[in-house]
Amino acid sequence: MSYDIPAAKLRCKNYRRRILDLSQKLGALHIAPAYSCLEILDTIYFGLMKREGDHPDTFILSKGHGAIAWYTILEKIGVLTPRQFETCCQSGSHLGGHPDRGNPGVEASTGSLGHGFPIALGIARAEVERQTHASLFTVISDGELFEGSTWESFLVAPNLKINNITVFIDNNGSISRGSIAEHHPNLNPIVPKISAFGWDVREVDGHDIGNILDVARSKSPGKPLAIVARTVKGKGVSFMENKPIWAYRSPNPEEYQIAIKEVEGA
Amino acid sequence: MRDAFAHSLFEAAKACPDIFMVVADISPAASLNNFRNDFPTRVLDVGIAEQTMISLCAGLAIRGFRPFAYTISNFTIYRPFEQVRVDLAYQQLPVTLVGVGGGMSYSALGATHHTIEDIAVLGALPNLTILAPSDPSEVRESVLAITKQNNPVYLRLGKAGEPNLTAEAPEPFVLGTPRLIRKGEKVAFLGYGPILSFAFDAAKLIQERKSVQPAIYSIHTPKPLDADVIKRILTSYDHIVTIEEHVGQGSLAQQIKALAWECQSKARIHTYHLKDEYIHLYGSQNELRTAHGITPARMADSVTPLL
Repeated sequence: MSYDIPAAKLRCKNYRRRILDLSQKLGALHIAPAYSCLEILDTIYFGLMKREGDHPDTFILSKGHGAIAWYTILEKIGVLTPRQFETCCQSGSHLGGHPDRGNPGVEASTGSLGHGFPIALGIARAEVERQTHASLFTVISDGELFEGSTWESFLVAPNLKINNITVFIDNNGSISRGSIAEHHPNLNPIVPKISAFGWDVREVDGHDIGNILDVARSKSPGKPLAIVARTVKGKGVSFMENKPIWAYRSPNPEEYQIAIKEVEGA
Repeated sequence: MRDAFAHSLFEAAKACPDIFMVVADISPAASLNNFRNDFPTRVLDVGIAEQTMISLCAGLAIRGFRPFAYTISNFTIYRPFEQVRVDLAYQQLPVTLVGVGGGMSYSALGATHHTIEDIAVLGALPNLTILAPSDPSEVRESVLAITKQNNPVYLRLGKAGEPNLTAEAPEPFVLGTPRLIRKGEKVAFLGYGPILSFAFDAAKLIQERKSVQPAIYSIHTPKPLDADVIKRILTSYDHIVTIEEHVGQGSLAQQIKALAWECQSKARIHTYHLKDEYIHLYGSQNELRTAHGITPARMADSVTPLL
């Protein structure tokens, strides 16, 4: 699969702009947690997933609060219409702030943390049973590393030999109250914890598209792969970066103008 | 009931290649060995990880499989309750939650291992069907019926050694429909689960004292409860006696009373359910039922003087 990195960077710039535009219609939007995973999602959809054929690969967004990032990708590949995207969360829309099964391209409802990853494991196991050779991709937040069900899943997958899955951890280092390193330092280090459960674990810069792609493509078939992607919450807009308030807030018109300039200039 | 379930599921799995058995470190009787031998890839043991058991089943169901998640009922539904709500009920996926040891079956193990609020808790969830068969024969019927359902189901089982109550039932098992399992007049017992055997014992006492043969209904589908049939029952007998191994809040008793008001039933309603209390007492299941005030004699005593 060819993957043109300059084209990918341009797409990511456009996703950020689309999300900013939508934010002006909504009083609140998970902008910052969406911005931290855009490069990961673009890489998955344009560089990793087999999207054609009888048995395509599956993506599950376990960090459901990144929904708006996913919707921009689904719009880009024509699964969602521009109108569906633009009316998201508004009166009469079936597309909400968290992914809801039944919407185009969405196979699992997520939003409560620690659900999408084990659901993805179940789909992955189903693909093995059906002998489809399809793979699963999922993105979890580092906030989901606080949930017991996430660690159950890290334990269960290798025990059940569910190897056809790649889990990206959007490691933006921040939860609602602020910095994980400051408030809950023992979540770190992440890599040896997951590695101890029998996973291949790699680290990447989660905004370096080429780096994400190279590491994900090097997955060995004999083990599940976890990629700890170091990211920045609110990446691309300086006043949003790593500021907890932007986890769930829309910019006012002045802030919007500044943000657009920064995104366009990137 | 455990054996009847395992055997029925094995039989169902022969006909349906989509059935999966997913357990959390428990073996549902020796019959699981048949399942494991014949369909080794369709049995998964996740270990003691109930949340992942439920979500993983949701994933299997998304790809068209029909998983049965099996462990002791409190661990099947309470530990992973949010997974049951969000991954199964909300997303309407055909996963069956099998709870062995419903009610106070594990009477010597304490309330950590009792499931006495399940009808109330799960009954509040849209899209979810609840089956609580009264005997091993109804367990077999339940498994057959579940394989034709396209929504999540909770199957509340007892443990082992339950008597057969429905061998001479005048009506067949139909999912969703209260089932007459013994014909009678004036008095009707309504209940679900193995404690329905108390209705037979109480009915015998009433018959000995007053020559009245009470009717007995198995409400094997507490949800959805067929309101029309219940209202017909409520207007066909003078006394309605409900019996269940479940707390009063969110009980069958409460629903029956509400329906009785709706249909202006003239019947006197006697309700037998557990106290609003965790009783720190160990012993046999019947000893615990007695401690909660449920005995066949008490049930008969409350009705007999009024006949």
